[in-house]
Amino acid sequence: MNFVKAIVAAGLVAVSTSAFAADITGAGSTFIFPVLSKWADAYKKESGSGVNYQSIGSGAGIKQIQAKTVTFGATDAPLKADQLEKDGLAQWPMIMGAIVPVVNIDGVKAGDMALDGDTLAKIYLGTITKWDDPAIKKLNPKLNLPSAAISVVHRADGSGTTFNFTDYLSKVSADWKSKVGSGTAVEWPVGVGAKGNEGVSGNIGQAKNTIGYVEYAYAKQNKLTYTALVNKAGKTIEPTNEAFQAAASNADWANAPGYYLILTDQPGDKSWPIVASTFILMHKDATDKVASQEALKFFKFAFEKGGKMAEELDYIPMPESVVKQIEKTWSAEIKS
Amino acid sequence: MAVQSDVMEAAGPYDRARALNAFKLGDVTFYWITRICAISVLLILGGIILSLIVGAWPAMKQYGFAFLWTQRWAPSADPPVLGALGPVYGTLVTSFIAMLIAIPVGLGIAIFLTELCPQWLRRPIGIAIELLAGIPSIIYGMWGFFVLGPFLAYTFQPFMISIFDGVPVLGSIFGGPPSYLSLFNAALILAIMVLPFITAISVDVFKTVPPVLKEAAYGVGCTTWEVVRNVVIPYTRVGVIGGIMLALGRALGETMAVTFIIGNSFRITSSIFAPGTTISAAIASEFAESDGLHQSGLILLGLLLFVLTFFVLAAARLMLLRLERKAGK
Repeated sequence: MNFVKAIVAAGLVAVSTSAFAADITGAGSTFIFPVLSKWADAYKKESGSGVNYQSIGSGAGIKQIQAKTVTFGATDAPLKADQLEKDGLAQWPMIMGAIVPVVNIDGVKAGDMALDGDTLAKIYLGTITKWDDPAIKKLNPKLNLPSAAISVVHRADGSGTTFNFTDYLSKVSADWKSKVGSGTAVEWPVGVGAKGNEGVSGNIGQAKNTIGYVEYAYAKQNKLTYTALVNKAGKTIEPTNEAFQAAASNADWANAPGYYLILTDQPGDKSWPIVASTFILMHKDATDKVASQEALKFFKFAFEKGGKMAEELDYIPMPESVVKQIEKTWSAEIKS
Repeated sequence: MAVQSDVMEAAGPYDRARALNAFKLGDVTFYWITRICAISVLLILGGIILSLIVGAWPAMKQYGFAFLWTQRWAPSADPPVLGALGPVYGTLVTSFIAMLIAIPVGLGIAIFLTELCPQWLRRPIGIAIELLAGIPSIIYGMWGFFVLGPFLAYTFQPFMISIFDGVPVLGSIFGGPPSYLSLFNAALILAIMVLPFITAISVDVFKTVPPVLKEAAYGVGCTTWEVVRNVVIPYTRVGVIGGIMLALGRALGETMAVTFIIGNSFRITSSIFAPGTTISAAIASEFAESDGLHQSGLILLGLLLFVLTFFVLAAARLMLLRLERKAGK
């Protein structure tokens, strides 16, 4: 009889602990997925609770959190304050990353070429069609550019990378704004589409006289020829961690309701002009309060201890001042 | 017979009625099980059509029939402007070119294998064709992207462009500049992918031609070409066309390989060396991050592919019927 009791007791313990260590569920952005899974691994070792994150895309992540099927959603394009209000959601930026233009031209090495926003927009609009166009030559007097047609590569799938890239082009070029605009998938006037950052990297690595845009990590890992960009302050900047940090620290998070801020074309002498961030969405008054507190614990852990892991993967951690502000937002907005 | 006597022995001679009843029960059960299987196909098909229509409804309401001839695809505009002309054009052109290449080559292989091939070569070629059918489409996509694309862009395409430069019509069909991602590359990969379907089915049906017919033809002095043209093909027409339609069905719907190498551009250009897109490639690349009207538009594209495939199959059936009637006269 004692034996039976022991089994029953063991069973009960198993059931109750498994209830406590319930997985935190989330869905959305593919951009944040690599670093989020690294955080989740570390968090599982420390606390025992796992994170079940499905990288199904920002749009789908927003839908999942609106339908309350997950505890948190992640999106590359932030929701506007009135939309957050309507859905009863809290939003904050979790991590940042940089987007860099990459090219493949004979004789041009990484960082050799400089482009400004207007030229980049004209290339993507199809009004600049050759590499030896006067506008490009003027920015790069020292480079020996071929008289070859520019072959433009863009993302074929809807993506946060495209959202931030086209948002940047819309900010720096009125022409781009009126003809194409910004979005996760837009009506590209020229070029070929490739799937994912890896698809664009593959295309650029493969063919000569191409230009594309990828997350910095992909450019670095695939040793692609990235270009320098002229930022809002008129300075030519190379994509480095300092330049990304500068853009992030110059961003005015404090005065952005619902943290609605897109980090492209930020002021500052040293700011890299195309920085993207991924936002987390959670219900302010969640039906499962235990789960949402568990999720907040995980995000707190990620802010406190995940910075280094993020840098290893070429992401940019949120500055400390912003993290403090976000933690205040949590206690103010999310009911426990 | 053996089974029946076994059962009768087991049940005893006096229980003949019961044994027969047991058979009847088995028959009825079997009838219903198979019937349910058959009906479930119809239910699933109906369900898919219904959910496609429901999903596509907002886009249908918004765009109406103009969806069919609008070329713009601007999901980020407000409201989104969506038109199916680009993907539909790409789907039809790639499938057409693919069949243009795959039908003669596929039939050629099948004729060689059944009529002319020395015995020792038959198996290696046959197995190679079967292996071709077993390669996953993503592999074709990667090969097309890394190997075939650059090869065509540096050799075949510049050659064709220079030959037809200045020639009316052909000059714009084979217009430049060369591109390693293009409608033509996608069509070529599709041709290789559907080749095994055409060959395998043709070989099978060619084998059903009674040797007596062929021998008679050879006996009156026909050449191999005449035998194939006048005996083998007419005898196996239905099977061959069936194989071709199966291949066409695959070419119309092929997704992964095409997405890799077609260039995913919604613009329509006269040149087959320019990037384009197909219905399935458009859905595969954009569906994940789409919402609202954009998503509904993609579902409508899916419905369109469904209808397109249906019409192709229906046309094939009709053609077969007419051929048979003609042959009957």
